[in-house]
Amino acid sequence: MNEFSSPHIPRTPPRRSATFDEYSISEIQRAAATGIYDIRGGGAKRKLPHFDDLLFLGASVSRYPLEGYRERCGTDVVLGTRFASKPIHLKIPVTIAGMSFGALSGNAKEALGRGATAVGTSTTTGDGGMTPEERGHSQTLVYQYLPSRYGMNLADLRKADAIEVVIGQGAKPGGGGMLLGQKISPRVAQMRNLPEGIDQRSACRHPDWTGPDDLEIKILELRELTNWEKPIYIKVGASRPYYDTALAIKAGADVAKAMALGADAVAIGTAALIALGDNAPEWEAEYQKLGTTAGAYDDWHEGRDPAGITTQDPDLAARLDPVKAGRRLANYLSVLTLEAQAIARACGKSHLHNLEPEDLVALTIEAAAMAQVPLAGTEWIPGRS
Amino acid sequence: MSSALKPAARNEAVLFDLAVDKLRGLNAALAALVPQTNQTSWRVLNPRGEHAVAVGVTVPVEITIDGHVGYYCAGMNDGAVITVEGNAGPGVAENMMSGTVHVRGDASQAAGATAHGGLLIIDGNASARCGISMKGIDIVVKGSVGHMSAFMAQSGNLVILGDAGEALGDSLYEARIFVRGKVASLGADCEEKPMTEGDAALLTGLLKRAGVTAEVAEFKIYGSARTLYHFHVDNAGAY
Repeated sequence: MNEFSSPHIPRTPPRRSATFDEYSISEIQRAAATGIYDIRGGGAKRKLPHFDDLLFLGASVSRYPLEGYRERCGTDVVLGTRFASKPIHLKIPVTIAGMSFGALSGNAKEALGRGATAVGTSTTTGDGGMTPEERGHSQTLVYQYLPSRYGMNLADLRKADAIEVVIGQGAKPGGGGMLLGQKISPRVAQMRNLPEGIDQRSACRHPDWTGPDDLEIKILELRELTNWEKPIYIKVGASRPYYDTALAIKAGADVAKAMALGADAVAIGTAALIALGDNAPEWEAEYQKLGTTAGAYDDWHEGRDPAGITTQDPDLAARLDPVKAGRRLANYLSVLTLEAQAIARACGKSHLHNLEPEDLVALTIEAAAMAQVPLAGTEWIPGRS
Repeated sequence: MSSALKPAARNEAVLFDLAVDKLRGLNAALAALVPQTNQTSWRVLNPRGEHAVAVGVTVPVEITIDGHVGYYCAGMNDGAVITVEGNAGPGVAENMMSGTVHVRGDASQAAGATAHGGLLIIDGNASARCGISMKGIDIVVKGSVGHMSAFMAQSGNLVILGDAGEALGDSLYEARIFVRGKVASLGADCEEKPMTEGDAALLTGLLKRAGVTAEVAEFKIYGSARTLYHFHVDNAGAY
């Protein structure tokens, strides 16, 4: 034994690869064992540029603020004034995004309608069509016009308050969708004209038009079908954004930032489900049984949601009280609005729509480039100057 | 009343001239009809490739369109009998709920797309994706159809008296496809099935409704092999 042999050599502690981190290795091992890629929801698992990377510049000398909780700061929004003979008037600029009956339980859809209606905003149908319960509990209901056209029919189209042509989803632009067989109950199957229990593919592109020129003609048809009454939205999953983009809305500051960048209104999906009761600590024991924990559950496609929201299992679905869940959603929507108002007043705005890009700076070069606002402490807007 | 709209004398069709008035006037007049209307026969003059002609009609009236139409003619039809005396652009009778649409000429892409019911008759050929995502409609094409016809077709029947292009019935669900001519190729999960007595009776009825004289024995029937109904790694090559 010499000075270069054990036990004289100092040992370095095990060090994990930055490239093959713990998650990457476990995912390779899981994929090798199953042959199926992991399906999940919940958005990005790594930090990406976000609204959190933007800051508001409050009013001080050159602009003066409005008195909090005293001076009025408007929040209403009217959509569809350009062509629709019946534009929709929302009291707040936060709406509920399209989520299907099928992906969500009937009680969850009812709760979304109740919560949104309580604060004067809209809900949206989703792939799979319109249910009577949803129409009944939603004062303002947007009917999605999707590639699959599951459940699409003229009578429901005319019952809607607005139409949303879906090009892609924010969660997965270009990806289409798949509703797995365990969520295809008899009612869901009947609404979609497909057999029970089979995996249902939601097409990634529309069957009867391609490209913006065709889309213009499709919109003409939709207007003719509905007597030019209804506002028509286009939902574009952000990929090559020119005018509109999509980022997750979690807090009132995000609402205010989106509106400062030009949005008339925003829509929430995942945040609304959390407000209803998804990932609530009260179901921790059951989340543990599913191999996860409250706050990290993201296998909504499997239909085993302990909170009874993303399921078609009658016993699980019965856990969600649509009245109480609707109240929680209404509370959350009110908080989003109050937070956005507080920021707008501090910026000296008498209406949320008066927020503007000049009110913002960015904390990172990436955020400055993407939002086209100056990097904080500079007048530099990457890509422009 | 629109200047283009000529009221009908007894037993005569109401005339609407698209060279005189706009599409909006036509569709508004059709939308205003009540089920008990006496204006049961309509004739649309000078369509000249206009889009969205006679869409969303919900009463059982007869509408004849004198010429070629653009996109989405008879879209979402729910009960009317609509005849196009010419060719039809993309998406004719798209999402039809009930009724009959008859194209005397050829039809472009996506004829009968996503339609839930009713009968679509095309005297000529239909282009690509005829019957895409169909959900219960019956379609009879007296000529041939283009590629990817009956793609993701869910239910209903597609009858093709001519030939079918590439990838017929790709990712088919429960729709039936009857073909008298040649099939360039079948799409994923589409296979030839034995023609049962029930299938033969169904085809006989469809041919009769479309005014076609043909022998059922000349047709082959195709349906879903149902191997793609559940996502599985063994099917990776088909995805």
